[in-house]
Amino acid sequence: MTASHTTLAPVPPTSVEPPPAATGPRRAKRLPVAGKVVGYTVLVVAAAALLLPFFWMLSSSLKTNSSIFAVPVSWLPDVPQWRNYAEIWRVSDMLVWLKNTIFLSAVVTVLQLFTGSFAAYGFAKTRFPGRNLLFLVYIGTIAVPWQAYMIPQFIMMSEIGLTNTPWSIVALQAFSAFGVFLMRQYYATIPDELCEAARVDGLSEYGIYFRIILPLSVPALASLTLLTFVTTWNDYLGPLIYLRDPDLWTIQLGLKSFVSEYNAEHALIMTGSVLSVAPVAVVFLLGQRYFVQGIATSGMKG
Amino acid sequence: MSTTTVGGPRAGGADRARRWHRARRSLHGVSFVLPNFLGFGLLTLGPVVALFAISFTNWNVFGKAKWVGLDNFTRLLKDTSFHRALLNTLYYSALHIPLTFALSLGLALLLDRKLRGVAFFRTAAFFPYVTSIVAIAIAWNLLFSKDFGPINQVLGFFGVADPPGWTASSSWSMPAVIIVGVWREMGYYMLLFLAGLQTVPPELHEAARIDGANAWQRFRNVTLPCLRPTTFFVTVMLTIGSFKVFDLILVMTDGGPGQSTLVLSQYIYQKGLVENRFGYASAISVVLFALCMVVTAVQFAVNRRRNG
Repeated sequence: MTASHTTLAPVPPTSVEPPPAATGPRRAKRLPVAGKVVGYTVLVVAAAALLLPFFWMLSSSLKTNSSIFAVPVSWLPDVPQWRNYAEIWRVSDMLVWLKNTIFLSAVVTVLQLFTGSFAAYGFAKTRFPGRNLLFLVYIGTIAVPWQAYMIPQFIMMSEIGLTNTPWSIVALQAFSAFGVFLMRQYYATIPDELCEAARVDGLSEYGIYFRIILPLSVPALASLTLLTFVTTWNDYLGPLIYLRDPDLWTIQLGLKSFVSEYNAEHALIMTGSVLSVAPVAVVFLLGQRYFVQGIATSGMKG
Repeated sequence: MSTTTVGGPRAGGADRARRWHRARRSLHGVSFVLPNFLGFGLLTLGPVVALFAISFTNWNVFGKAKWVGLDNFTRLLKDTSFHRALLNTLYYSALHIPLTFALSLGLALLLDRKLRGVAFFRTAAFFPYVTSIVAIAIAWNLLFSKDFGPINQVLGFFGVADPPGWTASSSWSMPAVIIVGVWREMGYYMLLFLAGLQTVPPELHEAARIDGANAWQRFRNVTLPCLRPTTFFVTVMLTIGSFKVFDLILVMTDGGPGQSTLVLSQYIYQKGLVENRFGYASAISVVLFALCMVVTAVQFAVNRRRNG
């Protein structure tokens, strides 16, 4: 989803793996054995329920078409049909869709990182009249659902002639208020004395930003990179509205059209779904620490 | 820089220098915000403001905008599809908000412990939230298939004689969408709750334990009050998130069968971007906007009274 984030209050960061520092008295919540057994049972059931649809997707992508709706239900393919993964490239424009999606995700991420962190520095570490009011406007619009202003935005984009070009999506996503907010939250934790000292030493504001703040904000930049990349990759509504030409389709649009066109080819549809999720899964597993940090510091993006 | 001598002949110059210095710093600050603000102002702020103006016009794609006052809004009052979309949005929210809230809080409490493999469970819970709606909607649609779908087969195994038709049935399509919505989002809110739980001082729990409070009493009287900023935040976000639900429904049911899952966002899309009736669609958008703002304002007021 595009600019449809919500926000209000910063929440202190947490991490998936509790950091070693947190293993003090706070973390010493040891359970009695019986409680542990119950706890694990609930967790395993919950994890199974959460992951089952993905398991089903993966397993079905390796089945023959007819065995997907076998009675009784078969959770694993009898003979894995690896050919589905060769077939999908032949029957669909998967390659084009992937290329478009990678391009958009990369460009949007780079732009958002730059404009977002730059503006965040302005809001966190410099003073100018109207600064706080303007920041409030930024936060306020995060609470406005994108669906509420997508019509005027669309009219404007078609007036400038950006509809049906990849640049419409770039323009739509590159200047998110969310990115500014997330980075500002992080910069607020960097002591002002650091900037003051640099100013006294004669460093310009730009120098402070590039040489001091930017190197210090690598974790926040990583969070924003991952969140932006995954959001752009997964966006459906933006491309649906703006990218009408099949040559411009992203993987989400392509997959959806594939489903309507090959609606009886359940196995291939699942193969395509797996391929659309796989890159995100890899990114997520590699950077999940930063995802969690980003979510926790900003408490939004959705 | 010039030295300041109060009342001396150079005071004016120093004043000017200080003012110049301050203006320069302001200019620097503005220059940082400007690149983002140009895009943000043009593409977000502008449209938000324009929305209200357009909602008072009759504007179709090839025509000129014509001012019609409150026409669009009076027409909305009689539009049965709009009523349906509004009610469905409230239906979705009425189930989605409390279910997601309870399940994500429960999951967070469960995972805020020293258990082996807790990191894996947290990752598993969060994963649905980062995957694409299209892919998960497709997978769930197959799982929900009426006759041979795994879910109905499992229900049959447990003795449910007449399992629901899910997305094929107008009375079960909304529950099906809600199940997937809750499933997808609970991991995200779980993370927020986990972050909030880190702020609960362990001494308070200790003290309550010594005073003989049982687990439920400790939860009620220690955890929940300390968690209030988080619960407030989660409630606001969940509400806005539910009001604007769209992608999931568009891909899973396309609003159907009939209009059983038609929601406000989708109706905006339909009127505005499919039928190109910009004015009318903007009027619906204003309703969605107002709904979000009013509910958020009420939540803020309630929260403030509780804290005050």
